[in-house]
This record gives sequence, structure tokens and C-alpha cells, in this order.
Amino acid sequence: MARGIKDKVAILGMGCSKFGERWDAGAEELMLEAYKECLKDAGIDQNQLQAAWFSTAIDEVHVGKSGIPLSTTLRLPNIPVTHVENMCASGTEAFRGACYAVASGAADFALALGVEKLKDTGYGGLPGGRGGPLQVLWNANGTAPGNFAQLATAYMTAHGVSGEDLKKAIGHVSWKSHQNGAKNPKAHLQKAVEMDTILNAPMIASPLGLFDCCGVSDGAAAAIVTTPEIAKALGKKDIVSVKALQLSVSNGSESGHNSWDGSYFHTTRIASKKAYEEAGIKSPRDEVSMFEVHDCFSVTELVTMEDLHISETGKGWKDVLDGFYDADGKIPCQIDGGLKCFGHPIGASGLRMLYEMYLQIQGRAGARQLKNPRIGMTHNLGGAPRENISSVAIVGRYE
Amino acid sequence: MVGIVAYGAYVPRLRLNRQAVYDANKWFAAGLRGLAKGERSMANWDEDSITMAVEASRDCLTSHKAEDVRNIYFASTTHPFKDRQNAGVIGTALNVEQNLSATDIGGSLKAGTSALIAGLNASKEGAPSLVAAADKRLGRVASANELNYGDGAAALLCGTENVIAKLIGHHAVSMDFVDHFRGDDAEFDYGWEERWIRDEGYSKIVPPAVKAGLAAAKLKGGDITHFIMPSPMPAVPKQMAKICGIGEGAVRDLLGATLGDTGSAHALVMLVDALETAKAGDRIMVVAFGQGVDVLVFEVTAENAKLPKRRALSGWMARRKEEKNYMKFLAFNEMLPIDKGMRAEFDKKTALSVLWRKRDMLYGLVGGKCRVCGTVQFPRSPVCVNPNCHAMDSQDPYAMAGLEASVMSFTADSLTYSPDPPAYYGMITFPEGGRFMADFTDSDKDQVKVGAKMRMTFRIRDNDTMRGGFKRYFWKAAPA
Repeated sequence: MARGIKDKVAILGMGCSKFGERWDAGAEELMLEAYKECLKDAGIDQNQLQAAWFSTAIDEVHVGKSGIPLSTTLRLPNIPVTHVENMCASGTEAFRGACYAVASGAADFALALGVEKLKDTGYGGLPGGRGGPLQVLWNANGTAPGNFAQLATAYMTAHGVSGEDLKKAIGHVSWKSHQNGAKNPKAHLQKAVEMDTILNAPMIASPLGLFDCCGVSDGAAAAIVTTPEIAKALGKKDIVSVKALQLSVSNGSESGHNSWDGSYFHTTRIASKKAYEEAGIKSPRDEVSMFEVHDCFSVTELVTMEDLHISETGKGWKDVLDGFYDADGKIPCQIDGGLKCFGHPIGASGLRMLYEMYLQIQGRAGARQLKNPRIGMTHNLGGAPRENISSVAIVGRYE
Repeated sequence: MVGIVAYGAYVPRLRLNRQAVYDANKWFAAGLRGLAKGERSMANWDEDSITMAVEASRDCLTSHKAEDVRNIYFASTTHPFKDRQNAGVIGTALNVEQNLSATDIGGSLKAGTSALIAGLNASKEGAPSLVAAADKRLGRVASANELNYGDGAAALLCGTENVIAKLIGHHAVSMDFVDHFRGDDAEFDYGWEERWIRDEGYSKIVPPAVKAGLAAAKLKGGDITHFIMPSPMPAVPKQMAKICGIGEGAVRDLLGATLGDTGSAHALVMLVDALETAKAGDRIMVVAFGQGVDVLVFEVTAENAKLPKRRALSGWMARRKEEKNYMKFLAFNEMLPIDKGMRAEFDKKTALSVLWRKRDMLYGLVGGKCRVCGTVQFPRSPVCVNPNCHAMDSQDPYAMAGLEASVMSFTADSLTYSPDPPAYYGMITFPEGGRFMADFTDSDKDQVKVGAKMRMTFRIRDNDTMRGGFKRYFWKAAPA
């Protein structure tokens, strides 16, 4: 087994823009908003940055390709800037690149910045587009909600859960996130929502209704990483270090081989298991203090909590209904409001999740502050249940 | 002895209620009241003459191997392409390419019978010929044509072995009698007065041709058991029969009450209808009128009763869903400038080089079967998908269009653009292996369930209207 990333990298500073329908801002303004906070928090000078990773996902409606948009927007000192895209895992990918640069010794200070400007398409929902010239000739005429809705039908079939029970459980997932998001001034949606409103919302892709779907927003988030030693030398206290960074990518078995029943994320099971090993976590249900997971849709979060080995397979819906993942539950999930309330500016989401973990561990989360969290785990899922990238990051107190 | 060795048909599931059409239009065209009876077949938004002809051909080939077919004739007045061989698309969908001659026949409502004559002639030496005919004609809003037309297809396999109906005579005349026409840049037919067509057209042109056909078959009018003659004027076939000494009881029903007139396919559709119940020794005369007349006379053999069962016309007619929404009919046929929304604006340009490279996958639904582990997969890929195999370059082509699939997961999506929302799609699995996320068609809420059995069907998935209407075809799953 490789030695892994545990405690080799510390987060020196982070920043996050206000998320939302930012009619006032383009990608450049959003980048700067997150970066200014991040740079100030890190307490270093821009000229000290030695490498940067830049994540965006939907170039067609956005800033275009390459590392140039980040470098020119921030006027970086002609350092290497790598543009990464790995669907919804892009933000975590940027963070991973920066961390590996520091861990390898190639850079003392590295920047990861993710941004997505989605609200320039003229319509609601994510911009369309279905891949390359072959994909458009045979892939189903699907959308993200339609793909994830099938996770719900397969989950019900696999575990004999009734439509009514599942609808209640996924409704609770969204209800809980809205409760949390109402306390977060940077969230897009800051309103608590009644359970009845959630359950009776218009259908988007059966069985997912409007409140089972996350918002579509603009936003940016950034991190500057260094080594724990340098962080200490700079006088930092309450250092947050990286414990694990894992990624698992589908190889086509779910979408093409009849061994997968559609009810779970094959990749998330693999990535999380490796991450616990890397972080030295033996019993995640007892050791992880909080989660920010990829709740692009309510059912995604429910199933993910099983695939992260927290809830028992087929029983996650009961944990959800028991309030296990509520703000006052055993392991709060989406304490910042999640994608549900932040929306999902794709390139930024992974870094936004880490931003909340970082604030919580340092005790700086304001009205949302949890009591003494030590270990935080983030999870992103890019693609669809049948073919995806699952990325997880574990961060915690450096001791 | 050459003749018909197998038959097949196809009728779209939807049946447009004529009263509903009339109710919407009577403020303008009260004179159509007499036609406001029964129903007509209505193609789904993803069907055209090619897709219907593919289905009829598959039905026809229930009992025969597609790879034995040496000629395909495809008759229609609504071929989706003016320059691109429409019959060739059918061939690719049936996975026949080599040793195949493909021909489109159009330009007249007798195109179907002309194709049948060509197919029979080509099969004399023993090379089986598939004759498919399909039409999806449009009538103007509030016209009689709109009510009378139907969408549908028929297919006949011609050959010399196990003939079910042998050709015992035929005759053809060609005369430029323009009862109606559709110019190159027109969507709709333009027709002359019916009384003139009846008196100067049918009455003067058909009887001599029928008599010549009878003479060629060495028969008298009274010997004909089934007289098949499509006409927009229901009384005309009876008049023609009477003039020619053919018994009134022999005149076949025009299927107007439940199907409508399927244009150049209709004579063959009616022939399939007759063959389904014809007895050995029955004589069938097929007459088609359109700038001349084609007459074919068949004698049914004892083989007809032995032909393996297929859906045929009666089977497809029984698969029926009434449609009372005239607005939907107009929208499906692009006759209503409906607000499709921005999600309908995505560019649908097709990379023709990709289409060519992947034609067996896209048009034939051919996947792969691994020689090492036996796993069936779709699409065929360079590395086997089985997690316990992953052999490279190990897959042989494996045809999947004829296999029954079942639904593993599905959704009804109201967000994506579909001409018929919500869009149903889901993961379908094949019993011997292989699965993919497929669009569903001809589906209703009560039919689509986990575990539901699905039949693969060749359909339009997109129409590239930016480039003159390049239709993208692929396979969809429909409730079996």
C-alpha cells in the first residue's frame, strides 16, 4: 500500500463566494471574491504561490478551456496553472492536484480554485449537451434528474422499500438541508421549507419532485495549501490537515454488465473504503464528525450514506427518518445546507464542501457551528449512477 | 413458380379519433361531418416511412432469414430522403448489406404494387426479394385527406420456395392521368374534382387493365375470391368489380373505419389483410391506381396455412391506443408552431463518419459477445466489460434487436425536451447479457414498470432541421 497523503498537507486558507443567481457577476468576479477571502485567510502574498489548479466543468457556457482564465483573472505570477475537469468531482480534483504538488515537494504553496457560472444560459436547470459525436447518436434523451430518479426506482426494488416510505425519507433529506441552509448567509437558498411543500412539489423526473433536486447557481471557492510544518512556522493555530484523498472512476461495468442492480454507487463504496484506510479510520460511523456529500438529488444523498459505509445497505432511509443526519443528530450531514441550498456550480462544489469542513473544525462556522468536530468528510459524484466519478476527501485537526 | 413466401405489416399504436378532428375544425369545414367517423392510424412523433417499413419487414422476416434477402424494394411517396437510399437504411437495420441490391420506388400511389412486380420479377431465379411499402402522408388542416389518410406499412417476401401465394398473372398500364399531385416543394397533395376522377379516370382506365390481368391469369371475373383495390372513393372498387364481372362479395374492405388509407402501401396492406385468412385455392386480385394501373393476380397455396404466426395486420391493429388530442397530432407532424423551449435548440448535427463506422451498432443494434468469457454486451467494445474478464479485441458481433429486454430502472422525465413529454427512459437488460440506458417509446405510465418486458423498435431519435431534416435513427424500447 502506498503511504498516502495523511497529514502531509495543511489547509492554509480558504475562501468561498456568495452562491446564487449572481446576475451581478461573471466567472471572473466570482473567482476574485473567493480568492480574496482565501488569500487573506492564508496570510501570504500572491507571489508566494508556486502552482495552481483550476476547476470548471461546462466550458461551453463558461470561461473556456485551459489554465489561462484563472491566471489572467488573478494576474498570477506566471506559475503553472492546470485546468481540471472531472464532471461534478472537478472541485475536489483541483484540491487533489494542489495537495499532491505540496506533498511531493514541488511547491510550498499551491492554490486550488473552482468556479462555475451557470446562470448565463437563458433557462433553468443545467446546460444540456450529451457528449461526443457517438454518444449523441445513442445515449438516452436523459437529464441528471432522470438518471438519478432511476437510483430511486432501483433502490426501492432492491430493498423492498415502498414508494411512500422512500418519498418520505428523501423528503426528510431535503427538509434537513433547508433547515441548515437557512442559517448560512453564503447559501443560495436560505429558507426553511415545510415537509408538506416538499412532498407535494411538482414532479421533475418521477419519483423526484422539485425539492428533491438541488439548485442551479453560480459560485466559486478556493483553497491555498502548504505543509503542516510551514503552516506552523507561519504561526497558524488549529491547523486543518488532509487525511485522505481518493477517487474511483467507473470502468463501464455498471452501465454495461448485468452484475449491477442500479441501487448503489459502486465507485463510492470503493473510494470511501480506500479513504478510510488512508486516513486510518477503522469505524467511520464512530469517528467521522460530519459530512458534506453530493446531494445533487435527495436520493443521491440517502444512497451515498450507505455507500460511505455509515448506514447499513438498504437501511439508510431509516437512519434518515430517525434524524441521524440532522444538525442535532449523531453525524450531521450537509450542515452548510448542501448542494440543496448552495446549488451546484459544478467546478466549485467540491471546494465549497471543504470550506465548510475547514470552518467547522476551526470553530468558525457561526450559527451552524457543531460541537467540537474533529474529522470531516466530503464526497462528490460526477456523472450518473451507472457511470461516474466518485471523489472523497477527509480533513481533520492536525495533532 | 414465383410468388409471395411471407408477409408482414405494421401499424402505429396511436389511432386518431376522427370526431375529435372534426370537432376542432367544424367551425371552418362543416362539410367534413360525413367523415367524422371511426379512427385513423397516427404515427408517433418518432416514426416515418422508413421506421414503419423496418417494422413491417421484421414482421415479414419472422419466418425467414434476413441474410438470404438479395433485393430490397422500398415503395413510398414519403421517403424521408430524396437523395440517400431509403431502402439501404432498411437493409442496414435488418443487418443485411452484402450481396444486396436496394431500390427505392416512389412517385405514385401504385409504387407499392410496382415494387411488388419488380420484386417478383427479381425473384424468378430464386433470389429472395423483400418488398416493403410505407407511407406517412400529411393532409392540410381541416381537409378530407387529413381524415382519410392513415400511416402504416406492409412487407412481402418474394421467392420460389414454399410459396404461399403464387403469381398467376399481372398487367400494368401507365397513363399520365393527374388526379392529384405533390410537387417537389410541397408538403400536401393537390387534387382535382372527384367526379371527374371517377368518370374519366377509374371508369375508363381500370376496367380494361383488370380484364387484361384476368386474361393473363386465364381467369374470369367470377373466379376472383378477393378483390383488393384502394381508393379514396369507397364506392369505386365496387363499381369496378361489377363492370369486370367480379362478385360484390369479393371486394375487400378498404380498412377506412379503423386504419385509413396508407397511400402507396395500402394495396399491400390490404393484401396482407387478405392473406391472413385466405384459403388454399383463393384467387386474389390486387389493383392499384395512380397515373396508370397495376394489376396482380395470385393464387393462394396450401403453404399459406403453414406460415409461422406473426403479428401481421391484425396483430398490429390490435395494439391500439385511442388519441383524441388533435393538437398532439398537429404537433407531432410539425403543423403547429408549438413552443418547444430552449432545450429543443441543441444542435443535432450528425458526424456521418461516426455513423458509418458504427452503423451496425446504431442501425442494426449489434453488440458484442466475448469469445473468452461469453459475455454479451452493448455496445461492442475493444475490452470486454465483464469485471472478471477484460479480454482485449475479443468480441464477435451479436445482434440484439430481436431479443426481448426487461426494465431494470426507469423514469418519466419532465425536464428534458421531448415532443411527447414526459420522456420515458431507463436501463434495460437483455436475458443473455448486455444492457444500456434506452429511450422508451409507445409507453404509458401503467405499462412501464421495473421488470416489464420490452421489445426493441427502430425509431427516429432526432431530426436535424438545421440541415434539411437529417433524421437520426436508433433503437428504442417499447412495451412488448
